[in-house]
Amino acid sequence: MDQIPAVIVDGIFYAAWLFVAAVGMTLIYGVMKIVNLTHGSFYALGAYAAASLTGAWLAKGYPPMLSYGVLLGSAVLVSVIVAPLIERGILRFMYAKDEVVIMLITYALFLILEDTIKLIWGVDPYFIAEPYGLLGSFDVGDLSYPTYNLILVGIALAAGIGLTLLLRGTRIGKLLLTVIHDPEVSRAMGINVDRFYLVTFTFGSMLAAIGGAFTAPTVSVVPGLGVEIIVLSFAVVVIGGLGSLPGAALGAVIVGLVRSATIHYAPEVELFVIYFVMALVLAFRPRGLFSLAEPRKI
Amino acid sequence: MNRDRTLPILGAVMLVVVLAGPLLPQWALFLVTIAIAKGLVALGLMLLLRAGLVSFGQALYYCIGAYTAGSVGRFFNVGDMLVQMIAGAAVAALVAFILGFLLARYRGIFFGLLSLALSMILYGLLVKSEALGSTDGFNVLPSTVLGIRPSEAWVRYVVAAVGCGVALLATALVYRYLRTPLGQLAPAIKDNEIRVEYMGTSVRNAIHAMYVIAAALSGIGGALAATTVGHIDPDMAYWTTSGEFIFITILAGTGSVVAPFLGAAIFGIIHTVAFDLSPNTWQMSLGTALLLLIVFLPDGLWSLFTRRKAA
Repeated sequence: MDQIPAVIVDGIFYAAWLFVAAVGMTLIYGVMKIVNLTHGSFYALGAYAAASLTGAWLAKGYPPMLSYGVLLGSAVLVSVIVAPLIERGILRFMYAKDEVVIMLITYALFLILEDTIKLIWGVDPYFIAEPYGLLGSFDVGDLSYPTYNLILVGIALAAGIGLTLLLRGTRIGKLLLTVIHDPEVSRAMGINVDRFYLVTFTFGSMLAAIGGAFTAPTVSVVPGLGVEIIVLSFAVVVIGGLGSLPGAALGAVIVGLVRSATIHYAPEVELFVIYFVMALVLAFRPRGLFSLAEPRKI
Repeated sequence: MNRDRTLPILGAVMLVVVLAGPLLPQWALFLVTIAIAKGLVALGLMLLLRAGLVSFGQALYYCIGAYTAGSVGRFFNVGDMLVQMIAGAAVAALVAFILGFLLARYRGIFFGLLSLALSMILYGLLVKSEALGSTDGFNVLPSTVLGIRPSEAWVRYVVAAVGCGVALLATALVYRYLRTPLGQLAPAIKDNEIRVEYMGTSVRNAIHAMYVIAAALSGIGGALAATTVGHIDPDMAYWTTSGEFIFITILAGTGSVVAPFLGAAIFGIIHTVAFDLSPNTWQMSLGTALLLLIVFLPDGLWSLFTRRKAA
């Protein structure tokens, strides 16, 4: 039982990472009703952009402490370029189609982006380990953790709290809630729904890119990086309820703790257990833990 | 109304494949067999798609079929491909029958996501199971048919021919099924579930039946793929494999039982040509093709034929 503190700390780190990676997906679904498979591509794009820009930054001999800003900046940059291109160029013509068809469209876009990444960055792995080691480590009990992990926890908290405050407390947030409730009536009332969609898609994708960018220093950045994150994000947001912010947070914490517990106690079932939890939640609460009842439409 | 010539045409095509088979090079026979295997999975997905259901986890049954076929060889030393296909279909159908009680309650995006989760559970289990070779998978016994082992030079042809026969039989059964009241419910379910229930039919049971049939077809496909490739690994259950099947189904459309096989053949050709031309961008070609299809041919390639007839 002496492993419990380790399980909790690992679980929190993993949950923070999951939340950053997945919250964009729930945001985009909540506002636009799109199950967005390109989410994984943005994660990978963020990781690649961060790897090459931060690598260049460090190679030039600029102050390494500022490389965290470069990580963030490269994620913002890449998503601000690519996301509007996809939303304005392709997705906006598809909104009239069925939810499942739009999901297939994002699958097609995911395949295209996956190879675009290979074309731009090649297939060789990138490493930028420096920002990871720079901050030293801290101790919990007799275990030592890299301080870098706390950055992701910070980002996760900032994203979660920031989004909640934005939705609850500002005029833009209230307009957005109106758009979520009924896009057509909102449009009739003079709200620029198109702009909300564009900004939501860009911002949601940016969160995925940030997740990727801050993961880049901890792994080797290779092709296929985004594939796994898609189903993981699915699991997280589906457990909480598609489109629900607190749901995504709860989903991330559940999956984080469950996974770290299995890694410590029963490593053989690590991969299986995440999807098992997802299936279990779906079996009892088909729309996730934080969902409201929905009327059947005739 | 014209007489429906679907089955005679399909039979004729299969006969041509079987007769022309000895003349085809080995790689072409391989492509044909894999196309038949994937076509069987797509045929199952088509049944679900007619009812408006898209399963993002059909690779679950494809993989179950393949691993059943492999295990029959590994643990009982049976390499007979007919036994493998029957076993694959049976195990897949059994699993689908059990999971169907759960899945038949779901529609739309949630049906897709839950089936995705289930296939990823299998993937997670297989990756960690030492007895089944974990991530590397294991080799399947060389194919035999009714106790006869074809020589090295003929084995590809025999597998292709037997595959053709089994696929023709399965397709004929599906064709019959689509003409039963149960089979004709699917479009009605897609249009308006509640009215179907008011007419006194259980939508849930109809979907459950469809789901089991689709799984059995995928199981046969998986077993056929296993004996053709001679090797199986957990990637057969990964969600990208399911994505491939959905691609084939959308490409083919729901117009006819022949369509999935056509779709699988075209998918194989796109895959091979695109991969040959530039190995790093074949996914891009696939994605572009899928995008164009959804926009310009939402009912699949088959709608090209029916549209011309109408005009």
